[in-house]
Amino acid sequence: MSDARINRMKDLPSTHLLGTGTPMCSGCGGLEALHEIYDVLGEKTVFVNAAGCMTLLSVYPFTPFRGSWLYTAMASAPAGAQGVRDALDILLEQDRMPPEDDLQVVVLTGDGSAYGMGMSATSGAMDRNLDFIYLCYDNEGYGNTGQQYSSATPHGAITSTSRGSRGYPGYKKDLFSIWAAHDPAYVATVIGSEPLDLARKIEKAKTIRGPRMIIALAPCPTGWDYDPKLSVEIGKLAVKTGVWPLKEYEDGAVTHTRIPRNRPPVEEYLKLQGRFAHLFEPARNEEMIADIQSRVDHYWERVSSD
Amino acid sequence: MDQTLLTGNVAAAWGARLASVDYIPAFPITPQTEIIETLGGWVDSGEMPGRMVTLESEHSMLTAAGAAAATGVRVFSATSSQGLLHAMEMLYTVSGWRAPFVLVNVSRGLSAPITLEADHNDILAARDSGFLQIHCADCQEVLDGVLLAYRLAEDPGVRLPVLVNLDGFYLSFTREPVALPDPADVARFLPPFDPGNIRFAASSPESQAVAVLGGSPYSYFRYETHLAAQNALAVYERVADEFETLFGRQRHAVEAYRTGDADIVFYMMGSFATKAREAVDRLREAGQKVGLLRPRLLRPFPADAIAEALAGAQGVAVIDQNLSLGQGGVLHTELGASLYGRRGAPPILTSFIGGLGGREITPEEFYQIAAVTREAVATGQAPPPRLLYTESELREIRKLQAVAQVEREETTPLRWSGESSRGEDQA
Repeated sequence: MSDARINRMKDLPSTHLLGTGTPMCSGCGGLEALHEIYDVLGEKTVFVNAAGCMTLLSVYPFTPFRGSWLYTAMASAPAGAQGVRDALDILLEQDRMPPEDDLQVVVLTGDGSAYGMGMSATSGAMDRNLDFIYLCYDNEGYGNTGQQYSSATPHGAITSTSRGSRGYPGYKKDLFSIWAAHDPAYVATVIGSEPLDLARKIEKAKTIRGPRMIIALAPCPTGWDYDPKLSVEIGKLAVKTGVWPLKEYEDGAVTHTRIPRNRPPVEEYLKLQGRFAHLFEPARNEEMIADIQSRVDHYWERVSSD
Repeated sequence: MDQTLLTGNVAAAWGARLASVDYIPAFPITPQTEIIETLGGWVDSGEMPGRMVTLESEHSMLTAAGAAAATGVRVFSATSSQGLLHAMEMLYTVSGWRAPFVLVNVSRGLSAPITLEADHNDILAARDSGFLQIHCADCQEVLDGVLLAYRLAEDPGVRLPVLVNLDGFYLSFTREPVALPDPADVARFLPPFDPGNIRFAASSPESQAVAVLGGSPYSYFRYETHLAAQNALAVYERVADEFETLFGRQRHAVEAYRTGDADIVFYMMGSFATKAREAVDRLREAGQKVGLLRPRLLRPFPADAIAEALAGAQGVAVIDQNLSLGQGGVLHTELGASLYGRRGAPPILTSFIGGLGGREITPEEFYQIAAVTREAVATGQAPPPRLLYTESELREIRKLQAVAQVEREETTPLRWSGESSRGEDQA
């Protein structure tokens, strides 16, 4: 979008809307992304939340949101968004609410809901072309219960339910493609450590109608086992090494908004995190590191050949 | 007032239409589907304003229903059996939101084994959910029940969702003469929904359904919701009186039929109670003082009205169209708990389980229930709970089992010989 309002870092909103003092962990990559996203979306929003870490943002009688909030359940936040959106439309159609009282309906869930239990409700909302934004903060495990593996967990990661020397045996589910296969209005990946890319995508999503689906990789100091001060660095490395591709889907086409050149080896990303320490200590697991690297390489080879 | 022949399902749909509902989140399930098909037809043809959306599950349907009610519109939905159970998490959740709307349940036995016909285990699974419950015995009550339910749900002292129950097949697919109330009278009875301050709007940000930490705030809000449900008792009687004035039909929380001088009273709910009513008439003709007491309102539980109606009775025969596995009949348990220790309570309660999965209850069975209860009164000793089941039914089951056994033996010999030959190879 050449006429985008946000072109440079100095165009990012300078007022910050989300209140402080939440019970999120220090260094929470999900909260970082939410801060940035909320600044772009603004106060005329109702967040429809599913069970996860961020359920604890609004604990009676406090909320960090200047707009509205509805906690639903783990499996059905998109259906909650359906009910709110439809009711708002009915009120607007019947002149029972002034247009300026309308709200942007935003589903807020973790990967546990988005990649698993809530997938059917999400699919249904996209089938029905629901006019809403879905924001998934993806910390690659059931973080709020102590980081058990989920279908968002990457290969080899130690979680509290995959403690063995090879970590989690599965591979991270490609939620972006699953969502894009529904052909919604918009799908994008973002990360809080790349605020300009994030803000441009949210700004774009704001102007579109229909399902707008956002996955934010959320570096998680407690779940990924690293010092909270490293969250931004780990986020940047996730993008640079090619582990977390920044991309968007629109009108049937996937576009990468950042194609990392001279990708550093993925181990630079992995070795900062305790959940991958077993790949390096007491001995390097060359086979697993090479497997992870080759999958990333393969992904980017396909991108460049497109 | 003109009467027209309607199934229970179409009567439920008429209730929603006359209530001018704004929003209908839906999901099909037998034997409820005719309700949403009827409403969908009216919405599509423009005969009825409003918006209908088919969700991808009952769990989502209930979430959307609660969320829309919490945003400030009038919501109607319907389900049955497995669907009600699939939505169970959200039943508890949206009642805690204090989201007022009406959900019709068309009762159907629960799996396993999977079946289609009526009993009340589905609706009774929602007993403790915070939804109020109105139970209907005929198609007119279904329509009336939906209108009463909206008044009850939306009352500022209540603000809870309401379930209206009708029995699958026996009411859902049975045509009965139903009086369609005049829409102008309905509008007088049921003014537009006023959500008050519970809604979502940009100018008045609201956090709904937020978490609490610790047992103290949790206890407070749960008990507050319980008190709201209890408020519904007085509200219901007031609303039923208003309804009677406008429409001429009595819809009290309990229906007492010939209980005045009865020494034996049948106690049951739903459409099968009309069979009991018939049996009461036959027994009265035979000179027996028998009556019927039927709760329309199960939540809140009209304990005082029930105790009052039963004062003077010697024995109450509780007929449960449900089975709490490992315990017995739910109505029996609840009635016992509510009567125990009350001055003048009937000394004998007998317990009968019948009508599971739509199984018929015959007039002869009602006569026997009365006789067994009379005997218990005479001896001062209630017999153990009894399943209504005949010897001929048991014989039919034995035949099916015999067929199943023969079929198994006829179709599996190869598997058996195969296993033995593998065994020989190894040897």
